[in-house]
Amino acid sequence: MDEINAMGQPDHRGHFGGFGGRFVPEALMPACVELEEAFRDAWSDEEFVALYHRTLREFAGRPTPVTPLPRLSQRLGLRIFAKREDLAHTGSHKINNVIGQTLLTQRMGKTRVIAETGAGQHGVATATAAARLGLGCTVFMGEVDTKRQELNVFRMELLGATVVPVTSGSKTLKDAVNEAMREWVTCVADTHYCLGSVMGPHPFPWMVREFQRVIGAEAAWQLKELGVDVPDAVVACVGGGSNAAGVFAGFAETAAQLYGVEAAGGAAVTSGSPGVLHGMRSLILQDEFGQVEEAHSISAGLDYPGIGPEHAHLADTGRATYVAVGDDEVIGAMRLLSESEGIIPALETAHAVAWMVREAGGRLPTGSTVLLNLSGRGDKDVAQVRAMLMEES
Amino acid sequence: MKTLETTLRSLRESGRKALVPYVVAGATPDWTHHVEAAVLGGADAVEIGIPFSDPMMDGVVIQEAGLRALERGTTFESICQELESLETEIPLVAMTYYNIFLHYGLRRTAGRLHDVGVSGAIVPDLSLEESDEWRAASGDSDIATIFLVAPSTSRTRMRTVAGLSQGFLYASARMAVTGAASDQGEGERVVSELRRVSDIPTYVGIGVSTPAQAHTTAVFSDGVIVGSALVKIILQGASPTDVESFVRSFRTALD
Repeated sequence: MDEINAMGQPDHRGHFGGFGGRFVPEALMPACVELEEAFRDAWSDEEFVALYHRTLREFAGRPTPVTPLPRLSQRLGLRIFAKREDLAHTGSHKINNVIGQTLLTQRMGKTRVIAETGAGQHGVATATAAARLGLGCTVFMGEVDTKRQELNVFRMELLGATVVPVTSGSKTLKDAVNEAMREWVTCVADTHYCLGSVMGPHPFPWMVREFQRVIGAEAAWQLKELGVDVPDAVVACVGGGSNAAGVFAGFAETAAQLYGVEAAGGAAVTSGSPGVLHGMRSLILQDEFGQVEEAHSISAGLDYPGIGPEHAHLADTGRATYVAVGDDEVIGAMRLLSESEGIIPALETAHAVAWMVREAGGRLPTGSTVLLNLSGRGDKDVAQVRAMLMEES
Repeated sequence: MKTLETTLRSLRESGRKALVPYVVAGATPDWTHHVEAAVLGGADAVEIGIPFSDPMMDGVVIQEAGLRALERGTTFESICQELESLETEIPLVAMTYYNIFLHYGLRRTAGRLHDVGVSGAIVPDLSLEESDEWRAASGDSDIATIFLVAPSTSRTRMRTVAGLSQGFLYASARMAVTGAASDQGEGERVVSELRRVSDIPTYVGIGVSTPAQAHTTAVFSDGVIVGSALVKIILQGASPTDVESFVRSFRTALD
């Protein structure tokens, strides 16, 4: 495997500069160590890597295309290309990670996975991969979210998974993570915790980025085929940060500017401070007493009060730049991409589009080449957006 | 580190099994009276839970108590102020999650805890590997850092954990978060393996919820930690007198 220095391996304790590490109860330390060893072993085994790529190809629809966006380009005075993760199975990049982790689960001899989910995208992807491999699957989902996303609960159940509504704390994504961790303590011998983003204790942030690296690696050669040696900028939305980490990994060693777009109400880099949450030291939203605050975003996928530790490090070193856009800019961006290119993006992805609209001719100079990571499709959001627009009119 | 461990070692030498009840600071307005009642009931040390928004290692009872405390506006500083007025001869041990200390500042935290009469700290999400900074800061203020071992901890790792733990070692009786359990768990095996590598006082917690369980557990360990079972009656409105007699029922079972 080619290691890219700017996004290479963390140190032996899982640190990316001053972030990362392993802040978990002693009961889970052996499982984290076991997982790290299993991942190192698998990721250097050509057979496993081939199986992972074959599964992505045969089951998940990879490689996803890079699509030039001529009409949006003309509107914004840019040259825009989209990496089409919306076309991957289950509708987003989430499938890349869960295929990697479920194959690893089998390799470790475990028979069951658990996962947390916010809006349900990672839960659906995990249930999908678990069904494909015949693994048991339990998904923890905040009670509030199970009500907001009833259809995704049904999808997971249809795929054979058990959905457990989480009633502790704020009853949303961060509490679902806590509950999955608590469950993992009790069943770690036969169960793998399939974390959904580049967060949590080492080795998750590194491992999930490696399973998402395929996005950036594909986009790099696909752009070359389209005559673009290196784009001027790569833009991706960031909640926990897995799609951004995956696409950034393909360009970290190039001259491309890397931009991560957070939701203003969940902007861990823009508004957070260093802290420890969910097994990692990173940037988190917290009050003056160190209590973690709830994130608030129109997009459930960005509703997370932390960010992956590698992003905190990339922000610290200046290799990537993190910006935030508000809910008010997002619907317009969703509409713009839909109308101009025939692609309805997920609300998460629409944050990245909104920032491009705002910065076209500014931080994205006129005429520059931009790769947008189109992380997911918007079907899951249309009912919500419709209701919001009806309320406004 | 010196003070707490010296006290707890001499307690063991006196032939007494340690009883360590757990109270969530701020869960009720009269929580400091509950601490005093626990002392009257025969506690040898009291764990003071400092609430955190995301208590990864806690079950529903302690989660609920923490939530109530936070809703009442409890903060690390407000707890310290209330502890200042608490008069007790027995050791107090703080239990919380790392972000609370990190946010207050590690040296500042250790100094403040020392000033209000706390002599040890249990931080379940602070792994051994990440603990250098905290142990340096806490050591300077004579705050003992108490580590946990779990049934999943290997023998090699037990040696390391036991070597670094100060005051006492917290042996988890089962692979679970805090909360009641009906069985005896794996405490006996964990403690017997620990005995081979260390002579530090070893207390068993996680699922010790009745005097009978405490009695059985104390046969193979140096003491017990009683958390959720006590917090549960406090949440149900126990008075300080109720707390005292609850703790005394464990004391009787241990003696």
